[in-house]
Amino acid sequence: MSEPATNLENLVAEAVGTASAASSSALNDDSAVAVNSQLNRPLYQSRIKVQSKLVHGTFRRIKWLVMALTLSIYYVTPFIRWNRGPGMPDQAVLLDFPARRFYFFFLEIWPQEFYYVTGLLILAALGLFLATSVAGRVWCGYTCPQTVWTDLFVFVERLFEGDRSARIRLDKEGWSVGKLARKAGKHAVWLLIAILTGGAWVFYFADAPTLAMQMVTFSAPMTAYIFVGLFTATTYTLGGIARKQVCIYMCPWPRIQGAMFDEESLLVSYKDDRGEKRGPHKKGTSWEGRGDCIDCGQCVAACPVGIDIRDGMQLECIQCALCIDACNEIMDKVGRPRGLIGYDTLNNHDRRKAGEPLRFRIIRPRTIVYAVALLIVAAIMVVALANRETLQLNVLRDRNPLFVTLSDGSIRNGYGIKIINKDTAAHVFHVTIEGPEGARLAGISADEVNPTEIAIGPDALKNVRFYVSLPKDRLSALDDGLAELSFVVTDETGRHTVRETTFRGPDQ
Amino acid sequence: MSTQKHTDEISGVETTGHEWDGIKELNNPLPKWWIYTFYVCILWSLVYWVIFPAWPYLSSGGWKHTAGSYGYTQRGEVSAELQKVAEGRAVFMKQIDAMPIEDIAKNDSLMEVALAGGKATFADNCAPCHGSGAAGGNGFPNLNDDDWLWGGKLTDIQTTLTHGIRWEADADTRQNMMPRFLDDKMLTREQINDVAEYVLSLSNKADDSAVATRGGEVFAANCVACHGADAKGNQALGAPNLTDAIWLYGGDKATIVTTLSHGRGGVMPAWGARLPGSTIKELALYVHSLGGGK
Repeated sequence: MSEPATNLENLVAEAVGTASAASSSALNDDSAVAVNSQLNRPLYQSRIKVQSKLVHGTFRRIKWLVMALTLSIYYVTPFIRWNRGPGMPDQAVLLDFPARRFYFFFLEIWPQEFYYVTGLLILAALGLFLATSVAGRVWCGYTCPQTVWTDLFVFVERLFEGDRSARIRLDKEGWSVGKLARKAGKHAVWLLIAILTGGAWVFYFADAPTLAMQMVTFSAPMTAYIFVGLFTATTYTLGGIARKQVCIYMCPWPRIQGAMFDEESLLVSYKDDRGEKRGPHKKGTSWEGRGDCIDCGQCVAACPVGIDIRDGMQLECIQCALCIDACNEIMDKVGRPRGLIGYDTLNNHDRRKAGEPLRFRIIRPRTIVYAVALLIVAAIMVVALANRETLQLNVLRDRNPLFVTLSDGSIRNGYGIKIINKDTAAHVFHVTIEGPEGARLAGISADEVNPTEIAIGPDALKNVRFYVSLPKDRLSALDDGLAELSFVVTDETGRHTVRETTFRGPDQ
Repeated sequence: MSTQKHTDEISGVETTGHEWDGIKELNNPLPKWWIYTFYVCILWSLVYWVIFPAWPYLSSGGWKHTAGSYGYTQRGEVSAELQKVAEGRAVFMKQIDAMPIEDIAKNDSLMEVALAGGKATFADNCAPCHGSGAAGGNGFPNLNDDDWLWGGKLTDIQTTLTHGIRWEADADTRQNMMPRFLDDKMLTREQINDVAEYVLSLSNKADDSAVATRGGEVFAANCVACHGADAKGNQALGAPNLTDAIWLYGGDKATIVTTLSHGRGGVMPAWGARLPGSTIKELALYVHSLGGGK
């Protein structure tokens, strides 16, 4: 290492040197050194285990609430029922791959309507941009599945092994029956949660109660077991073992989100204008000429990714706001106002330093643009969904041969039509044509009773072939061998749809 | 590109020493799990080279490659797949072979197989003459229309396919002859012209009705034996219907004169010697389904 000129090194040296003399040592956590500090940088980095401390406060409560909400939605949704009529699946949210349908409550999407999912993804992206530009990495800190499951797994770890200091001690101890029991219990519960998570995933793709019964009686299809196994492995590994490594090394969001906030975004920050100069504080002494930060290290202890927020904005910080709760607890204890670490904007930090009044510019060009784009896309999707047709028709004219001359001199064209019945009930469809005078519609088989009456089941499509022939004496209706022709399909409830095509014959 | 390493003020990390347009790179440590995964991938590649085809080398016979201990080849994979398909198809082919052709036409699932097979076989064997859409051409019948020389029923089509028309190698081939009235000096040019006018008059295309009437007498003397008194043809003899709108060689005066003068004798191969019976049944069902089957 070269010259030790950085503030950081000085502070660490100070903290280490004055640890024994600190009178507020009851509040100090000397083992709390940031994982990404200059001293801890070998060439290849072993996983540094972060043992975060439990905090109490507003943001911890918000995080518990969000976790409960998101996990309930994830685990419970596959079991919600939705009646669609006889013969149709009754699961509210179902991705039916074999039948190629996506059911979402009252919606039913066919594969060719996949662009609705595109719209949904665009909405999600715009929503994310908007949220990030207003309040920083709220996705990362509160709602990201990696954060939620890691939080859950750490909660389980705390149940079995105790809080931070107890866990550090346990790791240092030799192996004993007690330690084995604790570790085994923790890993067992982790595996159980992972299996349930994997299970919930596959329940979105098949009927949940049926598959659940099959899984416990070991009669489920192999694919189900493979995917549950896969997700168990990934949940256990990513949530239990990898944890912050996912955020720091694997995930692209930290890099992208860093580009999405600006000087008016609310970010979890340490107000160094208030906190510096930091140092231990003896009870009863004045707070004049020094900062409010007593260098207790609680913010570092509470951090699930193990960084020091006082170093400033950094990639590893997922902005989960637990350091805010940790610091507020301490500030209450030493009788100083809360908010030494808090949601702050870069501009407000400069304004405070310059003595100007604070401004919270949540409504600004960037957020307005995101919000408007979001509304436009949402409106487009709502309109598209409202206008979704339940009867569709496609007509494919035979191209080889273009036309056939029959023995009586009439001209015949062949057509393959596809009638798509997206309704949840069966219907009988009547096919007619509108075209040159004298044109006759016929089925392809002479012994079909009613070729133009086609019965189609619910949620199904049917391919039917037709011949249209024009008698010899009507061939003058063709202009240069071409005439317009339309297929009209109606059902017994009055729905109808039209598809235009052409009728071709020899050039006159 | 300089090689001046220095320490970054903000993070306290050394740079790699390289610089691109003023941009430097911090030399942060790599996570161990990442490095080990990389090593495992390298080890896996060594295993792969031993098991699967991997390295090309030059030998006396040209470029070869190491085959791998597992013996995997793409050709082998394809032939295994084709084998599986043939086995699956064999179930249906046995049924098609055993059933009479009219019964197959009534069985929906067998028809699906037969039509698909017929379509594929048609493209391989029949399209060169009859066209990819079976529309034929001059001298090659259009199989989509409802005009048949030798009969359009399923059994008729099956027989035509099996034994062919004027196919010398087949003993049971369909045989007939359109005489060469001029070349064999059976009729004079004038008589040929007259009878051609008469034939055109049957489709109301004649120019001269007097000539056509004369031609009618020639017709009655020479043509009714095959083409019938009403000129509607005879499918047992393969004689075309001269009153309809479909002409195999052309329906204009000059072509009809040529036909009369020099005769016609198109050849249809006998596929019975070349294709199995079940395939011929599939073909017959397919052709019959093209819109003109009787």
